[in-house]
Amino acid sequence: MDYSQFLAMRQEIALLVVFLLVFLYDTFMPKKALAATASFSTVLFGLFTVASFLWGNPGEVSAFAGMYQTSATCVAIKNILNVGVLIVLIQSCRWVNGEFMSIRRGEFYELLLVTLFGMYLMISARHFLVFLIGLESASLPLAAMVAFDKNRYESHEAAIKYMLTAVFSSAVFMMGLSFVYGLTGTLYFSEIALQLGNDIDPLLVVALAFVISGVGFKLSLVPFHLWTADVYQGAPTSVTSYFSVISKGAAAFAFLVILVQAFGTFYSTVWEWMLYALIILTITIGNLFAIRQTNMKRFLAFSSISQAGYIMLGVVACNAHGLESMMYYILVYIFSNLAAFGVIGAIENQTGKVLMTDYNGLSKTNPWLAFSMMLAMFSLAGIPPFAGFFSKFFIFNAAISQGSIAIYILVLIALINTIVSLYYYLLVVKAMYISPEEPQIATFRSACTERLGLWICVSGIIALGIVRFFYDSINALGAGLNAPDTITNLLNMIG
Amino acid sequence: MQPVIPIIILALPLAMFLFLGLCGHKLSHRMAGILGTAGMGVTMTLAYITAFTYFFSGSPEFIDADAHTRLQAVIFNYDWLAFTPQLVIRLGFLLDPISALLLVVITTISFMVHLYSNGYMRDHHGVWEKGFQRFYAFLSLFSFSMLGLVVATNIFQMYIFWELVGASSYLLIGFYYTKPSAVSASKKAFIVTRFADLGFLLGILVLSFYTGTFNFTDFTSTEVADGVYQISETTSAGIRDLIANSTVPMFMGASVLTWALVLIFIGGMGKSAMLPLHIWLPDAMEGPTPVSALIHAATMVVAGVYLVARLFPLYLMEPAALDIVVVVGALTALYAAMVACTQLDIKRVLAFSTISQIAFMMVSLGVTRPEFHHGVGYMAGMFHLFTHAMFKALLFLCAGALIHAIGSNNYTDMHGLRKYMPITHITFLIGCLAIAGIIPFAGFFSKDEILTATMGYSTVWYIWMSLVAGLTAFYMFRLYYLIFWWKEHKVHEGHPAPHDQPWTMTLPLVILAAISCVAGFVPMGNLVTWNGHEMFDNVNFFTNLSALNWQVAGMSLAIAIVGILVATVMYRKENRYPQMMKQALPRLWDWCFHRFYWDELYQFITHKIIFGCISKPIAWFDRNVVDGTMNAMAFVTQRLSFAIRGLQSGNVQFYVWMYLIGALLLGLITAICLI
Repeated sequence: MDYSQFLAMRQEIALLVVFLLVFLYDTFMPKKALAATASFSTVLFGLFTVASFLWGNPGEVSAFAGMYQTSATCVAIKNILNVGVLIVLIQSCRWVNGEFMSIRRGEFYELLLVTLFGMYLMISARHFLVFLIGLESASLPLAAMVAFDKNRYESHEAAIKYMLTAVFSSAVFMMGLSFVYGLTGTLYFSEIALQLGNDIDPLLVVALAFVISGVGFKLSLVPFHLWTADVYQGAPTSVTSYFSVISKGAAAFAFLVILVQAFGTFYSTVWEWMLYALIILTITIGNLFAIRQTNMKRFLAFSSISQAGYIMLGVVACNAHGLESMMYYILVYIFSNLAAFGVIGAIENQTGKVLMTDYNGLSKTNPWLAFSMMLAMFSLAGIPPFAGFFSKFFIFNAAISQGSIAIYILVLIALINTIVSLYYYLLVVKAMYISPEEPQIATFRSACTERLGLWICVSGIIALGIVRFFYDSINALGAGLNAPDTITNLLNMIG
Repeated sequence: MQPVIPIIILALPLAMFLFLGLCGHKLSHRMAGILGTAGMGVTMTLAYITAFTYFFSGSPEFIDADAHTRLQAVIFNYDWLAFTPQLVIRLGFLLDPISALLLVVITTISFMVHLYSNGYMRDHHGVWEKGFQRFYAFLSLFSFSMLGLVVATNIFQMYIFWELVGASSYLLIGFYYTKPSAVSASKKAFIVTRFADLGFLLGILVLSFYTGTFNFTDFTSTEVADGVYQISETTSAGIRDLIANSTVPMFMGASVLTWALVLIFIGGMGKSAMLPLHIWLPDAMEGPTPVSALIHAATMVVAGVYLVARLFPLYLMEPAALDIVVVVGALTALYAAMVACTQLDIKRVLAFSTISQIAFMMVSLGVTRPEFHHGVGYMAGMFHLFTHAMFKALLFLCAGALIHAIGSNNYTDMHGLRKYMPITHITFLIGCLAIAGIIPFAGFFSKDEILTATMGYSTVWYIWMSLVAGLTAFYMFRLYYLIFWWKEHKVHEGHPAPHDQPWTMTLPLVILAAISCVAGFVPMGNLVTWNGHEMFDNVNFFTNLSALNWQVAGMSLAIAIVGILVATVMYRKENRYPQMMKQALPRLWDWCFHRFYWDELYQFITHKIIFGCISKPIAWFDRNVVDGTMNAMAFVTQRLSFAIRGLQSGNVQFYVWMYLIGALLLGLITAICLI
């Protein structure tokens, strides 16, 4: 066996090393040193993130008989996720250091790193078994994380609900896989595409629907989304923010890889139409529910459902431009959503309040928190000149470049939905800035880690939109491909 | 030339604006004033160094010594926005005769105004005006914008700064934002000039569409040989095609180039207050007087002249456009001079005088033909821009001193001030002599060159412009006598007698008066010409004097003296001649006093026609159709959201059912559709 193949997995291996170091620290260090677990893990992960930017790219390498594949694009999406995880870790320091968490600090980091490892596998898998392992290791530990607030009833309830639906979704997914295996006799993405040829078997369509539902569950696409609101509300805020951005970003990329590599030949006949239906449902229903929410975390749950619909526009475009826009969208979405969760977390840690009415008059007592929240809402709603506007613009642009009439209608529906979403995002701003009622939350100074996290997010929201470096770097991944935009280009870009 | 100094020239005023605007309220008033003035002083010094280097260093970058021709030098040019290889917006610094001249003019006047405002913006008890720091921040912003405008390397950069200049003018006119008249004046100025800028923008688009370039250096290189215009090699291919090709695209009987130039000229008419877009300038006098001196006399209002001068080689290819410039300029000159004879408010008199003098410059550019006296008109126009900036700023600053001392804008409250304010009196007199065109003051030389150039173009316009020159002398001395003579000044009891102002205000007056005395001797013919070619072989202090065409000079001097004499007879002492004249020509006097009812005409057009016939139907459409659609959408969304709320039941078995049904339906429906 050629052991140099392991070099291709350097990001995964480095992540495992980080995991092991945290685990050893947590297990063998004396009690006193355990108080520093949070700082230790965060700094370690920060180093890992930097190292991953510097040395993470082995070029386009296929390893382990083609089951594992990495490329500049895969590395880039992993790096984007790393940045998000780092922000989550920084923001959660205060919560982890709380009295109540004292005996299970290490576990939070260990579980989180394992799920991240699972997501890495999902991104790089080119064989359904590897993918399945990634999917499961990204799902099951999350249930434990949801249940972290073990004294809170909602936390258990959410964990159980998540567990049940996740297991069910895995079952359906594997059912789909078995159909695929039965039809083709292989689980390699590229070979499935070869075996299937161009004939459409009705069984294949059902199998594809099952596969889509399995990944759609992670992305919380409607109608596989029903767990989302309960889990987001019940889970600790740090876990929710992890759920809402990182898990979603990884699943979106993996989704694209599966659909394009394994089922690319059925794009225009089968899954393009499935995705149209799912996107329209997801954006619209997410918006319709978001309007009615009064709990901030539940509100952001529905908001993130509809955002996932926008991310899917990059998949349905099915060209290199779509993938670039999707990665940029994920990057921007990470910063915007984490800014919102950062504010929610800071307030919840201080006062325990999470209702929208609690935010009335926040701008008078905590102007900086209100300001960060406002920027986050503006960016999520897509108001220029904040980054969210540009990410929406690029992803709509990419979808339109696909060129069919149907996608024009789809983008039009998505555009109308942005107007609706503007309404509920501005509800929060209105509560904070315009509402005449007495402020509910007294002035307080948030912890320095929370402020650091917010600073990073806010500068990201501003800079990502107006500094072209970021988009250019992502764009460079697809540059050098021959125009016009074709599915071959997209495959080349994925690697 | 290294780009360091030019960058500082632009960056320093901008930095001052940001600093004073953001942190000004933390500084004391005195400190903000000193800082702003010092910043402008440094900028002025650097601008002098730059201009001096350009004109006198003899560096091959700036002058072709063998051909005695000054060159255009692009000091730096930064690609700011690159949309496509053709469409690149650049920001840069272009040094050529006119931009170097304007650098000197702008920084000099701006520095004087900065200095002067330290005294002007506080009352007799030394109490500072509210918003003093804001005032200095805006002054810096204006200086930055104006400097950026004149050094623009391309027409798009010029347009950007053109709008910035308009915005800072708006801010400064409306400086006393609690005063309704100031607010409406600032809005009027902004809207009228913005309206004109629409023409400018269209002109830019047409021009760049057909020529394929924004850069000035691409379309400012024309040569004349044996009376034939030739396009030099450096000119952009687009323009060469336009000119050389007999199939120049035509539109409504004129070539697209003519259209572009006329549209661009409309932008210039707006900024330079040419008829019929002049209505904003008299109202703009609501701003503080130093602002009027800086923006509405010396710098911003000549931007239109500068624009025509900048694109002059293009205008030269389309004489029809130049003829339009002449007609507009000549009509404006006479109109404004007539109105200036009747106004009460001294700042309004000066404002109309400014309009009239800028029209002189426009005429001067319009009559320029290379075959006559080597295109003397272009030089004369720029020369007049330079001298006019100096003496008109002087006159405005004197007016500011008077207003500061008396507390009123009307000469009816002044009269006989010569004994009380001797320095103001003498400097004002010098300003009047300069604008009237009395030898050896600055205005004489420049105005004489303009009249010479006009004579070469057409005798009719020469006589017309000479008449305006006579009127200029008349109304300026009318103003002078009514302020300083007429009758004894009545000092109100309990008020201190009017007196000269503190040194910060008098020093700029003295400096500008000194410049107004000697500026006429600057050998402009060797510095600023339409093609950069030097007019004289060697120059000394008396070059301008010896180069005079005494036939024209004698005439213009005689006309000016007649104007002054008439004014002396009518206004030196209190008498009934003015009343008699008013009764002899009641209709004419009335029209002049009401500025030929232009404002009323605009009121009618905007309120009755535009608001009534266009705006109201559109407003109805907006309220009912656009808003109605939005409201309907909101209503439907709310109802839907209410109707489907049951989906999120909280029951996990239901969730799983939904999941399964969803997945099955997705597969089955697609499968059925395919079969």
